[in-house]
Amino acid sequence: MPAVKETIETVESLAEYEHGFITDIEMEMAPKGLNTDIVRYISAKKGEPDWMLEWRLAAYQRWLTMQEPSWAMVNYPTIDFQDSYYYAAPKAKVELNSLDDLDPEILETYKKLGIPLREQEVLAGVKGAPRIAVDAVFDSVSVATTFREELAKSGVIFCSMSESIKEYPDLVRQYLGTVVPVSDNFYATLNSAVFSDGTFVYIPPGVRCPMELSTYFRINAADTGQFERTLIIADKGAYVSYLEGCTAPMRDENQLHAAVVELVALDDAEIKYSTVQNWYPGDKNGVGGIYNFVTKRADCRGVRSKVSWTQVETGSAVTWKYPSCILRGDESQGAFYSIAITNGHQQADTGTKMIHLGKNTRSRIVSKGISAGKSNNTYRGLVSAHAKAKGARNFTQCDSLLIGDQCGAHTVPYVEAKTPYATFEHEATTTRLSEDQLFYCRQRGLPTEDAVALLVNGFVREVLQELPMEFAVEAQKLVAISLEGSVG
Amino acid sequence: MLNINNLHVEVGGTSIIKGLTLCVPAGEVHAIMGPNGAGKSTLSYALTGREGYEVVGGTATLNGDDLLELAPEERAAKGLFLSFQYPLEIPGVPTLTFLRTALNAQRKARGEGEISVPDFMKLSRDVAKKLGVTPDMMKRPLNVGFSGGEKKRMEIYQMALLDPRFMILDETDSGLDIDALKVVSEGVNALRGPDKGMLVITHYQRLLDHIKPDRVHVLAGGRIVDSGGPELALALEADGYDRYKEAA
Repeated sequence: MPAVKETIETVESLAEYEHGFITDIEMEMAPKGLNTDIVRYISAKKGEPDWMLEWRLAAYQRWLTMQEPSWAMVNYPTIDFQDSYYYAAPKAKVELNSLDDLDPEILETYKKLGIPLREQEVLAGVKGAPRIAVDAVFDSVSVATTFREELAKSGVIFCSMSESIKEYPDLVRQYLGTVVPVSDNFYATLNSAVFSDGTFVYIPPGVRCPMELSTYFRINAADTGQFERTLIIADKGAYVSYLEGCTAPMRDENQLHAAVVELVALDDAEIKYSTVQNWYPGDKNGVGGIYNFVTKRADCRGVRSKVSWTQVETGSAVTWKYPSCILRGDESQGAFYSIAITNGHQQADTGTKMIHLGKNTRSRIVSKGISAGKSNNTYRGLVSAHAKAKGARNFTQCDSLLIGDQCGAHTVPYVEAKTPYATFEHEATTTRLSEDQLFYCRQRGLPTEDAVALLVNGFVREVLQELPMEFAVEAQKLVAISLEGSVG
Repeated sequence: MLNINNLHVEVGGTSIIKGLTLCVPAGEVHAIMGPNGAGKSTLSYALTGREGYEVVGGTATLNGDDLLELAPEERAAKGLFLSFQYPLEIPGVPTLTFLRTALNAQRKARGEGEISVPDFMKLSRDVAKKLGVTPDMMKRPLNVGFSGGEKKRMEIYQMALLDPRFMILDETDSGLDIDALKVVSEGVNALRGPDKGMLVITHYQRLLDHIKPDRVHVLAGGRIVDSGGPELALALEADGYDRYKEAA
């Protein structure tokens, strides 16, 4: 109930995109464009070992032979990959030893965004800040990672990707690229060549991670692509809940965000991965905004392993994203809970793939798409069972809600069963936000915008309930803000 | 209290209400009866401001406030409540969340402070007890999966909780069995008061046995064609609406 109130208050107090400010700070940038020298530059900047550089160069060569995919239901002008910066880092004056060495502008940025970087603030419960460990990625680099020592006590490794390559090369080499191969797809291959930073998490066998882990991605520099790489490994019997948040300033140019996220769950391990994606969506005429072309995949490698993806997608001009699960281990489980909201001129083509390889594997998909304004929202999903996946089960529910008469909702489910012993269920509905319901709410005293917020929150409730508490409240606000001005 | 003067309403370009004049003073309950298609529901929607019900002439005021100038939610904040003939389902929104949000929106519009959570919980429980609304009904999404009778009871529950000054009951008796009719009528009667008014729209006399009206009006062909005391309802029950056909 308080969340609903909060939603309404937020709708009243906020105008358009809240996180659109720009941090004015001296940056170190690679020259514009992409070639082998840039790949070498990035690798050198990070002081990477040779094997990593070789990996990147191989990916770059591969990328040169690939075509941009065109099957998604999105339209955008051809991207000039030479007209973008591939590396942008805040200029560090000295070696960073503590947060006090960090540029105050950056600290201020995260403060404005409400991301706690100072552990003592979190511990002191400043403004009821949740106890969450944060890795903060600013353009191409990780600027701070909190609670590392405390996590290390339980054996949990939580650090930036760059560090992990230097500190834990064996783990990285063992797992990097094993879920999303270098050659997987155009954007994933590009990412493999030029990825800058991201988060590395390793939970040792039998450990339940003592706090929520999160990464907060911020694109700040102009004309810069963000290519982060995240790798999370839950060893046998481990558990971790991980959150990802993203924002960017308002700029008139489109900016590319092509991330790769790989999750590995071994026997009896469980990973919960939640995203609240709020990249700048462009202005009301469709100018600017982030192109969000992301490859996220989980490998449920062990028996009885579990992975769930929960996403709230409200931002970006164009979204192309299919967080997936490979259910390799027998009796492993995958889940995908999604809220995708498009307004204005936004386009989203999102969904999931559940690939059943092991016996008695189970998956569940709940997708709630909301389209308003002149936007287009597509659910695209694959459920497949291989010959050996006896007893595989899937349940899919896709609901679309239309607000207004100039938007579109599309559902494209692919189903493949190569064994007769699989059970797949698919339910789909498309409804229009009804004038009758709106009038009913208004007759009870709710102004139109509040009524829309209430009805939409009702529509997405099932998915919001899957989010960790703190995120659920934030997500609920976002839902309301994203749809501001969509009716009447 | 409610003053309607020479009201004309069109729906989709068709004239439905054609010069309706009606006055309900504070403290009174008036019944509107009439054949199908007479414009009964159109009247209730026009008064509450539903889109598509276009007022093309006449006036309607509540305690001196021009209703026709106000948005539906503003009319609600002024104390106008409509108990719907077909209540809507609101999936995913628990009944109590809906009502607390609505009550606070009305209070805010009137410049009053929000009701505290404990006060609201107490109020909602007290009202529920009187109307036979179960805790389970209050927690479930509003009206979702409710029977026709439960939905009608929920309308009266909302009415009691929001405590409006002027109430329009549109076919509240339809879908109710005898026992439910009794509970609902008692609930409605409890809301009568010297500074309150009520317009009860119904086809049948049966409801008026339980909610005794001060005046009965016959609506036919978009106008009030006859008015009288409660005895008029009994006469209608016996003779039907045939004799008003010409007037329409």
